Amino acid sequence: MSKVKSLADLRKMRDELQTKVSLREKSDHPDKLVQVKVSMATCGIASGAKEVMNHMIEEMDRQAIDAIVTQTGCMGYCYAEPTIEVTLPNSAPVVFGHVDNKKANEIIEKYIIRGELVDGIIPVNYETVKENKNE
Amino acid sequence: MAKYKNHILVCGGTGCRASQGEEIVQNLGKVIEENSLENEVQVVRTGCFGFCEKGPVVKMVPDNTFYVQVTPEDATEIVSEHLVKGRKVERLLYTDPETQERVSESKDMGFYKKQIRIALRNCGFINPENIDEYIARDGYAALGKVLTELTPEEAIKVIIDSGLRGRGGGGFPTGLKWDITRKVEAEQKYVVCNADEGDPGAFMDRSILEGDPHAVLEAMAINGYCTGATKGLIYIRAEYPLAISRLKIAINQAREYGLLGEDIFGTGFSFDVELRYGAGAFVCGEETSLIHSMEGLRGEPTVKPPFPSESGYKGMPTNVNNVETYANIPVIILEGAEWFSSIGTEKSKGTKVFALAGKVNNVGLIEVPMGTTLREVIFDIGGGIKDGKKFKAVQTGGPSGGCLTEKHLDIPIDYDNLLACGSMMGSGGMIVMDEDDCMVSVAKFYLDFTVEESCGKCAPCRIGNKRLYEMLDKLTEGKGTEEDLTLLRNLSNVIKDTSLCGLGQTSPNPVLSTMENFADEYEAHVRDGKCPAGQCKSLMQYVIEAEKCIGCTLCSRVCPVDAITGDKKEPHLISQETCIKCGACYEKCKFGAISIQ
Repeated sequence: MSKVKSLADLRKMRDELQTKVSLREKSDHPDKLVQVKVSMATCGIASGAKEVMNHMIEEMDRQAIDAIVTQTGCMGYCYAEPTIEVTLPNSAPVVFGHVDNKKANEIIEKYIIRGELVDGIIPVNYETVKENKNE
Repeated sequence: MAKYKNHILVCGGTGCRASQGEEIVQNLGKVIEENSLENEVQVVRTGCFGFCEKGPVVKMVPDNTFYVQVTPEDATEIVSEHLVKGRKVERLLYTDPETQERVSESKDMGFYKKQIRIALRNCGFINPENIDEYIARDGYAALGKVLTELTPEEAIKVIIDSGLRGRGGGGFPTGLKWDITRKVEAEQKYVVCNADEGDPGAFMDRSILEGDPHAVLEAMAINGYCTGATKGLIYIRAEYPLAISRLKIAINQAREYGLLGEDIFGTGFSFDVELRYGAGAFVCGEETSLIHSMEGLRGEPTVKPPFPSESGYKGMPTNVNNVETYANIPVIILEGAEWFSSIGTEKSKGTKVFALAGKVNNVGLIEVPMGTTLREVIFDIGGGIKDGKKFKAVQTGGPSGGCLTEKHLDIPIDYDNLLACGSMMGSGGMIVMDEDDCMVSVAKFYLDFTVEESCGKCAPCRIGNKRLYEMLDKLTEGKGTEEDLTLLRNLSNVIKDTSLCGLGQTSPNPVLSTMENFADEYEAHVRDGKCPAGQCKSLMQYVIEAEKCIGCTLCSRVCPVDAITGDKKEPHLISQETCIKCGACYEKCKFGAISIQ
């Protein structure tokens, strides 16, 4: 790395280095960002969830979308793997099934950026223990 | 650059390292490699997370899972469960002591809820040995801004307006100190960082240096520009090897990047930092002693004025600030004086880092806004008193501070309120005591420390503190008289008024504040020959109640000095002459027949 010769140098350097810690910064306030959970149980991984996850991280990074992509356990929709759950800020989570790289692009393009719904949504009709307790 | 999907942040502070933190890092690395995840997962050693009670601490990013009390053997499970299968390792999560529920995210833990992290902003977040991570967090941007956009006067004005006061104890306005140094004309000026942290139980400065060393370097350079100094010196105690090694790495990296050295940011401003080691003398935290120690002389204070700002290191104007004070500077420059002064109380702005220790559930390092009450700190963040015991007192300000009690719990903590209660902010040590602590013994403990650490230059401190200690010792032996109490109070006041430096001027504080707040306890020692807390061995005796004793002989068998006699199935008797008061019989008796009197 070259020497910092001016404030502009430092700013440029900071922007380049930002990705190093951005993951940690984002994780401090996840509710303000797009959150994507990829179901990564055995069935998911066997159906290609790992590639989809990598693809989504790279694609959203390329398009400079502030998002956290995490993996999670089996969501139960084994028939529709790989499945992902997308939570936009201030809205309820939406689960998409049969997600491959192409579908992932569509989801990013239409749902994440424009907020339009796309085919392949799995209706979520269960309650979690936590929700139950709050009622 | 590799794009990591997960970061594992492992606490690399001294506390967690002592509990095998380093082995955790190594094991994690090994297991990650075995699972071919090395391009997806990055293991980062960070500074202190503050939650030392439950260390070693490991934080998983991006899902923010917070694992506590991790052992090196847990590495395999963390990788195979959390990273590969995406399931949290339940047994390593923090359990809320009240609800008994497992809490997975740090932001939901009571310990972190009321904290605002300014000085500790990068501790537990970045790798302190990597300047790139610091730069990514706006590091050195404040220095750049000051050098290119502000005059020294303008920059000092920001610090003055922010209301920042010295975090080392005295609470002198930082901007004002800088301005005094700036106005003195001299060929050479110096900027000094006081990292001679000496209060028992305080470790905030060490943690900042270990977790975010660049912040201190950057602030010193800003200080240099503002005051007209080109040389910076960090006076650090040799007992802090990890902080020293991280500082050395940081200094080298900053020099390599041109952020220290000649012509920084192409502005013609030059500044460099060197380390000076102290041998851990408490008095060297006092700025004139510190300067003498750096000059190679005995670490003894001299009369102020002249203040170091006028005549300090090698007779040149020297600006001395504490580590935590420096850690606040870059943020204030970037965020502005208004932002900083919006936090805190009327006369104490910003936040303060406290080292919470003693009989409290969550021992650790915390940072709260000025004006937070002691109750919030001890009960909400600290999680209350250990083992469900009753709160008795909290000692703030180390050997220079005082003991505060129940009635002070709701007072907002700031410099002036603590002084008004007979204690002080000090560097921020906070030792919590429960019903089992004897306040006379506590005062004696601090005096023991002061007597040991007094440099011996002035008579009030050298002789006076020794006499105070002897009197307290007499009290704990049960040989004290009413006159001793009067004498104790008078001598304390004389030492305060006549000592040369801050050490002697504050050393009687623990005595005076305990006498004020726990007068009945002192009187019990003198009048009744009793120690209410049952701590002073000379004042208590173990007695067997004949009615309850069934003569099982267990006590006589565990007694290490054969002080207990009696036949089988007959009540036993403790010989008070032989008894060493170890309490072994008391703990063993199954019938509650042995009591302390």
